[in-house]
Amino acid sequence: MNILSLFVVVPVLTIVGILFTKDFRGARVVSAIGMSIQLVLAAALVLMYLGARKAGVTDEMLWTADYMWFPSLNIHYAIGVDGIAVAMIGLTGIVVFAGIFASWGVEYLSREFFISLILLATGVFGFFISLDLFTMFLFYEVAVIPMYLLIGVWGSGPKESSAMKLTLMLMGGSALLMVGLFGLYFNSAPDGGALTWNIMEIAKVHIPDAAQRFFFPFTFIGFGVLGALFPFHTWSPDGHASAPTAVSMLHAGVLMKLGGYGCFRVAMFLMPQAAHEMAWIFIILTTISVVYGAFGAIWQKDLKFINAYSSVSHCGLVIFALLMMNKTAMDGAILQMISHGLMTALFFALIGMIYGRTHTRDIREMGGLMKVIPFLAVVYMIAGFASLGLPGLSGFVAEMTVFVGSFQHQDLFHRVVTIIAASSIVVTAVYILRVVGIILLGPIKNEHHLELTDAVWFERLSTITLVLAVAAIGIAPLWLSDTIQQSLGPIIAKLTVFNPF
Amino acid sequence: MTIEQFFLMRHELLLILAAIIVLIAELAVSESGKTKIIPFAAGLFALVTAIGFIPAETGTLFGGSFQTSSLTLFMKNVLNLAVLIIFLQSEGWLKKPENSERISEYFILTIVTLVGMNFMISSGDFLMFYLGLETATIPAAALVAFDRLKSHSAEAGIKLILSSALSSGILLFGLSLIYGATGSIYFADIVAKIEPSPIIILAFIFFVAGMGFKISLVPFHFWTADVYEGAPINVTSYLSVVSKGAAAFTFSIIVFKVFGALFEQWQHLVYALAVMTMTIANLFALRQDNIKRFLAFSSIAQAGFILLGILGANEMGMASVVYFVLVYVFTNLGAFGVATSVFNASGIETISGYKSLYKTNPKLSLLMTVALFSLAGIPPVAGFFGKFFLFTSAASRGYYILVLIAVLNATVSLYYYLRVIKSMFIDQTDEPIAAFRSSISMRISLIMCVSGIFVVGFASGIFEYIREISQLFF
Repeated sequence: MNILSLFVVVPVLTIVGILFTKDFRGARVVSAIGMSIQLVLAAALVLMYLGARKAGVTDEMLWTADYMWFPSLNIHYAIGVDGIAVAMIGLTGIVVFAGIFASWGVEYLSREFFISLILLATGVFGFFISLDLFTMFLFYEVAVIPMYLLIGVWGSGPKESSAMKLTLMLMGGSALLMVGLFGLYFNSAPDGGALTWNIMEIAKVHIPDAAQRFFFPFTFIGFGVLGALFPFHTWSPDGHASAPTAVSMLHAGVLMKLGGYGCFRVAMFLMPQAAHEMAWIFIILTTISVVYGAFGAIWQKDLKFINAYSSVSHCGLVIFALLMMNKTAMDGAILQMISHGLMTALFFALIGMIYGRTHTRDIREMGGLMKVIPFLAVVYMIAGFASLGLPGLSGFVAEMTVFVGSFQHQDLFHRVVTIIAASSIVVTAVYILRVVGIILLGPIKNEHHLELTDAVWFERLSTITLVLAVAAIGIAPLWLSDTIQQSLGPIIAKLTVFNPF
Repeated sequence: MTIEQFFLMRHELLLILAAIIVLIAELAVSESGKTKIIPFAAGLFALVTAIGFIPAETGTLFGGSFQTSSLTLFMKNVLNLAVLIIFLQSEGWLKKPENSERISEYFILTIVTLVGMNFMISSGDFLMFYLGLETATIPAAALVAFDRLKSHSAEAGIKLILSSALSSGILLFGLSLIYGATGSIYFADIVAKIEPSPIIILAFIFFVAGMGFKISLVPFHFWTADVYEGAPINVTSYLSVVSKGAAAFTFSIIVFKVFGALFEQWQHLVYALAVMTMTIANLFALRQDNIKRFLAFSSIAQAGFILLGILGANEMGMASVVYFVLVYVFTNLGAFGVATSVFNASGIETISGYKSLYKTNPKLSLLMTVALFSLAGIPPVAGFFGKFFLFTSAASRGYYILVLIAVLNATVSLYYYLRVIKSMFIDQTDEPIAAFRSSISMRISLIMCVSGIFVVGFASGIFEYIREISQLFF
């Protein structure tokens, strides 16, 4: 069997395995085994990919496989990965693995919890390996729908309305997306011939300009909703705040990346002409996202809300960089996806662990936690520094690349928006340092917090995995950058054909 | 006419035979053993359904007024399958003491309406079509009023018969205009002479109005919610799946076959009906608490989606409609099966009464969830594929805005489907419905539904087969 298909088969088998378990202990052990295999597979895939590239394989997509599914509509189960997809699969593997251990303590309906969580992961993995728009869309929706139950049943706070809001907004996004995909399919053979859903096939033809102008906004906004594009980001703070720990991790860490990934892999790659013409609209929107998210985070009192707004800001930066359409900036966008995925997962894991101890997420009620739970506090600081872009950690590499890339544009518009977006770094530093100062340092505000215990083994395993990954990217960014850059080539080539600059 | 030719009506003959056998069986059983008829009739019907799948000759009878093709045979098999599932689900209700006198009547009436639908699907002229339609409608009114001691049920029966009579009148008026304009009632002759003259367009509008009642399109849907709520729950599922499915089949056959040349004229009408049906039905469904009314409005909305397939007006459109109805049979009957099961065990038929159902009856709740996701069109279950193909069919004609309206409506519909799921999984109550075991026949029917929901989508062969036989039809 193709190695890529294993990424869908293993989670499905894990789900079947969970069905045969008796209680929460069995369920979590089976999930942990399944997702460990998945992590090993992901690591193996990254190494195999680097090996293949070193050996001089220049195919755009590797390990491709193609099975006919619905011949009359030319729907295939077509899979294949390039460096970007490989990087995203690696990210997903790490975050899901950490997520399972972060939810080790879930005892209420735990079998159902792990099944939903792994179903979500199945959708994400399937999305990244797909080359066929139909299967891609199918996996996309599979990844979105378990969120409703995950937030609604195991969440906290106003979980019912948050879950409903999130599900409906994301499904509304996928409604737009569906129209966009139909547009791509029916325009995939403008010179006659068989229509196709295959991304690589569609990339070879030039979709008529009129069709591009009509369908690009549908596709881009459709994916953009999931990528928290302003003004469609409102599901994100509510959803993240109400979701249980592992779900926030997966959702902010991985699921939101589906949006960014789809934006360039489908919308921009296949409709470059329209992408150039309309980029300015979305650049303005994402600039608002970046700054607004950062300022929004300053005013929040709830740790999860702070991180949710910070995610809006960082994910805005991803799409911002993609729209700059040059190699450096797009490389930065992918790096930012990976980096944000890891550190936001780390943040949400830590917030979950802190909340499990203090039973509050309100920063005004916490203080001096460094003294009682030093391990969690230190890791929280590391995550914070990564987030504000301290050199040596992943955030610095990503943001640096993004802004260097976007400043390469010579015109006033791009320079101004770059400067505005870059100012968010300062604001980020403000809210991160403020939180760190309030909750970790200073005197202990609540006597009960004196009796808190530090992280146990599964919490350490979960956080250390993520910290290692964050540090690895920060210290040795080149291997990741190499993985990405070569694959960006064809995409940039297609985009620059129409570049007016 | 030889006897072999007569066997072209195999489905219809078998059904009539089955009805007669049930009638005779009624005489054979003792007064106290009336319930034995239920397994007997269900088994007999299973046999009839199985025989229907044996490949058969196709051809025409009675000078063209009766036609069969692989497509019509497949449609009849789909309806048979649906009725079989409904028979299996009816056991609990029929066993109630007040129904003991009327068990065989239920089966006979249902089978007779099915015969009418089969003739409707196979009709080659408007007379046969009209006869089939009436045969399908009048016994249905008796079925709706089956709980004759309940005023709701009787009210629903009279509502159905009155609105059917009105719609039949409108339909007949349309047909008479067509006869006046073209001088024939045979489809084949009409096709040759049809042209976009005002009288034909007027006739088409009347025809759509008449069929709109049967498929319950907005604005001809007013009877639906009341009748669905008043009728016994198994009859409701029969109306919403079999009756609607047969009407959708017939509507698409006649629209493509007879009015195909007038596509330019009727596309606007169908477009408007689709938008109205989906949107208004969805808005009404949002606030329902009674599960039967809720499913009634949901089924009206689904009918709006079917119109998108009809707008395709090619073999893809035909295939997507047939495929969607096949998916809809399993999906909707799955939801109705759970509702029936809960109603028989507890008498509850409100969504708010389903609170915490997952704690006491996890399997039923999961089944309901799968069925509702399929109704909402969420992958990986069959409903997603059904909707996707309908949308593909409309998009192939360039109706992207309509597709957008439809997908947004599907998102709105997700809200009310999720409400049921929320009630079962999330809402807490101190007095949930007690745990119970469904009867064996109910469980068989639910297993059929759930396997249908999963298999029909992934097994691409089914869709490809439908597409192939639809191609032969054009």
